[in-house]
Amino acid sequence: MQYVIAFVTGGIICALSQILIDRTKLTPARILTAYVVAGVVLTAVGVYKPFVDFAGAGATVPLLGFGYTLAEGVRSAVAQSGMLGAFTGGAQAAAGGISAAVFFGLLTALLFRPEDKS
Amino acid sequence: MNGKRVGESTIRLERPPRVRAWAAVGGKKEKEGPLGAKFDKLFPDTMCGEKTWEQAEVHLQKAAVRTAANKCHLPVSALDLMIAGDLLGQCVASSYAARGTQVPYLGLYGACSTMAESLALSACLLDGGYAQRVCAVASSHFCTAERQYRFPLAYGGQRTPTAQWTATAAGACILTQAADDCAPVRITHVCFGKICDLGVTDANNMGAAMAPAAHSTLRALLRDTDTKPSDYDGIFTGDLGEVGTRLLHELFRRDGIDISGVHEDCGRLLFSKQQDVHAGGSGCGCAASVLCAHLLPQLADGSLHRIVLAATGALMSPTSVQQGESIPGICHAVVFESGEKR
Amino acid sequence: MDVTPQEYTSMVQKQSDPSPMLRDMAWAFVVGGAICTLGQAVLEFWKFTGLGQKDAAIATSITLIALAALLTGLHVYEKLAKHAGAGTLVPITGFSNSVASPALEFKSEGLVLGTAAKMFIIAGPVLVYGIGASIVYGILLVLFGGY
Repeated sequence: MQYVIAFVTGGIICALSQILIDRTKLTPARILTAYVVAGVVLTAVGVYKPFVDFAGAGATVPLLGFGYTLAEGVRSAVAQSGMLGAFTGGAQAAAGGISAAVFFGLLTALLFRPEDKS
Repeated sequence: MNGKRVGESTIRLERPPRVRAWAAVGGKKEKEGPLGAKFDKLFPDTMCGEKTWEQAEVHLQKAAVRTAANKCHLPVSALDLMIAGDLLGQCVASSYAARGTQVPYLGLYGACSTMAESLALSACLLDGGYAQRVCAVASSHFCTAERQYRFPLAYGGQRTPTAQWTATAAGACILTQAADDCAPVRITHVCFGKICDLGVTDANNMGAAMAPAAHSTLRALLRDTDTKPSDYDGIFTGDLGEVGTRLLHELFRRDGIDISGVHEDCGRLLFSKQQDVHAGGSGCGCAASVLCAHLLPQLADGSLHRIVLAATGALMSPTSVQQGESIPGICHAVVFESGEKR
Repeated sequence: MDVTPQEYTSMVQKQSDPSPMLRDMAWAFVVGGAICTLGQAVLEFWKFTGLGQKDAAIATSITLIALAALLTGLHVYEKLAKHAGAGTLVPITGFSNSVASPALEFKSEGLVLGTAAKMFIIAGPVLVYGIGASIVYGILLVLFGGY
């Protein structure tokens, strides 16, 4: 059942984003940026956590979930160490994803060759 | 004004320069397109055996020049001048292609209008007697253009239906003076266009940005030379693609002129609709290779007698697009004739 | 009579084909949903190996990012993305693709000034504004309590 919910909720988030791509002049980078910030804001106002509990990967895999990770990390870090946590919490929680992107991005560049599209 | 100018902006070449030889080279997608069999040389591997895409484009341009020179049994070093252009920043594909040739060189940037711009300049220099043999060449490469103007090739982006596909191709023409009787094709008129900008900002809809320029230049040419569209066997715009073609027809319809019967667009000729190129081909190499693979051979064998090549360019840069500027369009027209004078 | 920019804008709108939105949305729904389902499966796997909920979530992100980088290198991701649009853009795999593709593409300018310097030309803003927003949120929490 959790798989079905993840499929449907993740699918709906992507399909709605497609409307933004097709109907507005927003470039992909802007859409992604907006999503991460929206994820932070939705988590801050308390909406996203219940959604994650319900949808599982359907809520955490889209980039909104990246914002959720950042905001959750900040919240618990601030609880622990106050103002310092405001600066360390987000990046700490997201460190795995960011480092993985850097590392595997570099590996991709080293192992593969650019190719023409056809 | 001396006798070489007619009307407002057209130049009538008193001693029409001849197009002595030409060559078109292309990549994989061009090979699979409707004109594939007409290219002189095709590179199914678009890296052309080089290390970078930029070097590959240089390779294409060199191949086009060398093939054209071979056709008129001249070494490249026998040229008086090369007028070349491409889409890259600082026009490097052309400069590196000309490196080592020992031929005087002028680099042009006219975006997709480059081939017409270089032909028109070459023709004026030849008519004026300032050169004997000039090579006009232009090239583009899908991969170099993508990484300069858009996204990395491996990035998962979606192209809009109005987007055009940069041709991986080059075309080269060797022009000689009017006295060269053995070359049947000549350039009789050229018309340098003005910048037209009607406020299109969408870099994925360049046909729309360029159509007003094509309309302006073609209208000037027809008025200055007192001709009608039907006086030509064909009016070939550079690369307006599907969207720009429809807009050009509509702009002429407002003037009460129907050009749809004689008009074709190089961007629509180079690729077929099944090739998933969306609105059609684009890039300097598009008009250049369609001219050299498809149009000049027909002029030479007599199936066409008088045509206009009106290559269009969208003269934005990645920076100007990011700053929200609209796209300035340009169009230069060149009239080719063959056979008996009409 | 020359056309005015206003007239021309409406002409352009009329003549420019719109994106096939329903088809695009269907693709985005199916592919995006499938990537999330895969994410769920990976998450269950990491939980099964004994990781806690939080660590399993991090491991899932890393797994998906690695997979997307591999598919980028194999030139599969861009081919899928041509159809899937937002379905491949919005999941964390799209973030990975946006880092790996410039890294690969700009290798021709060297591993330092090309690959490394250009790695975040697309994804950089996501980190800048994501981390920026999280810090603002943290400061607000400190100032107004509520944690």
